[in-house]
Amino acid sequence: MTNIFHSAWMIPLLPFLAFALIGLWLHRWPKISAGLSLAAIGSAFILSLLVALKIFSGHPGEFYKMSVHWLNMPGLQVDMGVLIDPLSALMLMVVTIVALLVQIYSLGYMKGDPGLASYYAYQSAFAGSMLGLVVSNNFGQIFVFWELVGLCSYLLIGFWFGKNSAREAAKKAFITNRIGDFGFLLGILFLAIVFGTLDYGELAARVPGYHNLAVLIPISLLLFCGPVGKSAQFPLHVWLPDAMEGPTPVSALIHAATMVAAGVYLIARAFFIFNSTPQVMTLIAMVGGFTAIFAASIALVQNDIKRILAYSTLSQLGYMVMAMGIGAMTAGMFHLMTHAFFKSLLFLGAGSVIHALHDEQDIWNMGQLAKKMPFTTWTFVVGALALAGIPPLSGFWSKDEILLGAYTGGHMGLYLLGSLVAFMTAFYMFRLIFVVFFGSRTPENHAHESSPVMTGPLLILASLSVVSGFAGSSLTDNWFAYWITNSAVVHHEPNMSIMVISSLIALSGILLAWIVYQKELISHQSLRQRFAGIYQLLLHKYYIDEIYAWLIKFLVDGVAHFLEWVDLRIINGAVNGLAKCTGRLGQGLRYSEDGQVQTYALYMFGGLIVVLVTALCAVFTALA
Amino acid sequence: MTMTIQNLVFASLGGITVLAALGVVLSKNMVHSALFLVLTFLGVGGIYFNLGAGFLALVQILVYAGAISVLMIFAIMLVMKGEAGGSNPPGPSLGSRLWGIYLAVLLTLGLGASIWFSQWAPGQAAPPGDKVKGLAGLMLGNYVVAFEMAAILLLLAVVGAIILAKGDEK
Amino acid sequence: MVGLSHYLILASLLFGIGLYGVLSKRSAVAVLMSIELMLNAVNINFIAINRFLQPAQTTGQLFAIFVIVVAAAEVAVGLALILSIYRLRKSVDLNDFNLMKW
Repeated sequence: MTNIFHSAWMIPLLPFLAFALIGLWLHRWPKISAGLSLAAIGSAFILSLLVALKIFSGHPGEFYKMSVHWLNMPGLQVDMGVLIDPLSALMLMVVTIVALLVQIYSLGYMKGDPGLASYYAYQSAFAGSMLGLVVSNNFGQIFVFWELVGLCSYLLIGFWFGKNSAREAAKKAFITNRIGDFGFLLGILFLAIVFGTLDYGELAARVPGYHNLAVLIPISLLLFCGPVGKSAQFPLHVWLPDAMEGPTPVSALIHAATMVAAGVYLIARAFFIFNSTPQVMTLIAMVGGFTAIFAASIALVQNDIKRILAYSTLSQLGYMVMAMGIGAMTAGMFHLMTHAFFKSLLFLGAGSVIHALHDEQDIWNMGQLAKKMPFTTWTFVVGALALAGIPPLSGFWSKDEILLGAYTGGHMGLYLLGSLVAFMTAFYMFRLIFVVFFGSRTPENHAHESSPVMTGPLLILASLSVVSGFAGSSLTDNWFAYWITNSAVVHHEPNMSIMVISSLIALSGILLAWIVYQKELISHQSLRQRFAGIYQLLLHKYYIDEIYAWLIKFLVDGVAHFLEWVDLRIINGAVNGLAKCTGRLGQGLRYSEDGQVQTYALYMFGGLIVVLVTALCAVFTALA
Repeated sequence: MTMTIQNLVFASLGGITVLAALGVVLSKNMVHSALFLVLTFLGVGGIYFNLGAGFLALVQILVYAGAISVLMIFAIMLVMKGEAGGSNPPGPSLGSRLWGIYLAVLLTLGLGASIWFSQWAPGQAAPPGDKVKGLAGLMLGNYVVAFEMAAILLLLAVVGAIILAKGDEK
Repeated sequence: MVGLSHYLILASLLFGIGLYGVLSKRSAVAVLMSIELMLNAVNINFIAINRFLQPAQTTGQLFAIFVIVVAAAEVAVGLALILSIYRLRKSVDLNDFNLMKW
């Protein structure tokens, strides 16, 4: 068998091919389009699997690289290529598995939608872009695909563009991402100027020997802008909750599992740059930690099933970024992987519920769905347990790894913050579960279990949520860290007390939710009234959107009004004045045009003679 | 005394040419002007001879003194109204005439001054031989494109002149 | 001894006379004649400079021939224009032609 690595370039290309074929010819036949899209991502999955098997049967630190020149100009060379190392192989697996399952699930969820063909075209384009991002071997290429996934995200959020809110959300996501991407691009250009290359390998060789912090810190900060936008960190987090206007499978794939994790992946890829600037690392940890607790607190009171999950995603992304910031890169990547599985599971489960209830998203209009939709219920519970961090599910291992990293790294504050977030996570997830699937209320609905094409992916994701954690657990000698790091990051010994404490925290969160929402020993209405101020603050997401709107209104609009005045009065005035002057002058001068050809000849020769006489005078003066 | 003879020839040719040219612009009779013009052309042709450009002198006499003058006289006949005397009046106002004189004198003085005070580097004496041969060589050699363009220009001028002179016949 | 300067000054005189004619004659035909005078003055320059400064070559004469060609074309077209406008306005007096007046 030939070297499978030589075919790795086909992994991103296959979905792109499907996108092109559907977009150009096949869009009239939705079923064929869907089939082609599935075939493309399926083949990409098989190729990724083969590639991953090969890389994980070698030694850590081995990698395969291939590239061609794409853009070549003085001072900037951008290659297009493929870099396969354990990190990208892992991401390939995660992306292809989730994308494949989501596309299968969409067969049921999007059934009968008039835009099915374009939906699958976008899905294919997204898969191709994301895989291209994952395998890229330099910053130029990653930026290209970074923008492409942003574009696909825009298209898919606004997929139901008939809805005003969907259009607005798509625009919001795109524009918010622009802010981050602008910084990211500046950082990349900065890198190109300072180091003369964008290639990861060459940069990794040059950056550690470069000690000019005055240059490195701006570079790191600018590069970090990218993840802040794409992974929706505070203060650019505002687009992600609104992005839930897209179809639920899209939320599962793009806004939970893959694209938003691209920011974390980028930090892992460029870890050698961030790691050389401790100040920026601290900032990253702060931003991540703040986002984690900030979003978790909002999730406590939200009523829309998808928004709760969206804020949970924000919070977990904050967790990952925090892990990166405290130097626990493997822990962050590990959490990225497990989170991709259980969060897409949760989203798909929520999609199943929404589908069954005919687009009902308010959790208070649901209840006692466990009997009607047992399969969805139990897979959802597995996902929630994994997210809450109950052993031995995957979330427990990865979250524990992060907390351990914070604890042993001496970040006591972040450790406590992480524990608090874990508690809140367990609480809001089980609040959701008790209200939606159990509880005492029995609203009128005709829910029914979803079709196998939707429950099948749920089952696979549920099993992955259970087992994927063992990859990084102490039970397998932390197989995950062994592969991902080239023994660069300190390996922490498992700490039994931290494990026990975090499990207890999660259990207590679940218990509290059970008391409040299942047994209703404490009325949540009365709680709401007692803490009305905090409740309103959280419900309105700390008024961040309002603050932004106010800022834009007063700052941007104010400046715009001023500039409008400047434009109308000063610039237009100057231009109009000039035009008027010219007009007046023309009015006066036109009487010199008497239509007599001889007058014109007179002017012409008069001018000639003036020139001649001037020249002669100059010459004679010079001679004299 | 060849020098003196040459001076004499130049003086007489130059004098005839300039006087005839003055006659062209000062004569009140258009037909006289045209005849003075022929004389000017002949004088200029003589100057060409004097400068050793015999071929040019012949071309001058053929084209200017022959063809162009005849064209002029035809045009005068076609557009003249009434008597020939006073058919070529000077400018309408004294002002325009004075401006014309002023500019012309100023230009002539300026050019004359610049010519008179210039130093010239005389070239080598002309090699004996056929000048026309050299001209022909240039025309069909280095300057063949310009030559062809001139041919096209003449053709276009003829066509244009016919169209313009024919006018609308609807 | 007659030198280049004499020929050039003769040419300037001719040119000045032509300029006077162009600027102050009323009849379009007379203006055309004056233009011919100016062109002849230019030709004298060409040939004189050729004769005195570059006697080994005949490029100056060649250019004089081109000037004659262009002058011939110009006279043909110019006279045709004069005939044409004469038919239209029954006049060749340039003072009558002020259609392009403000």
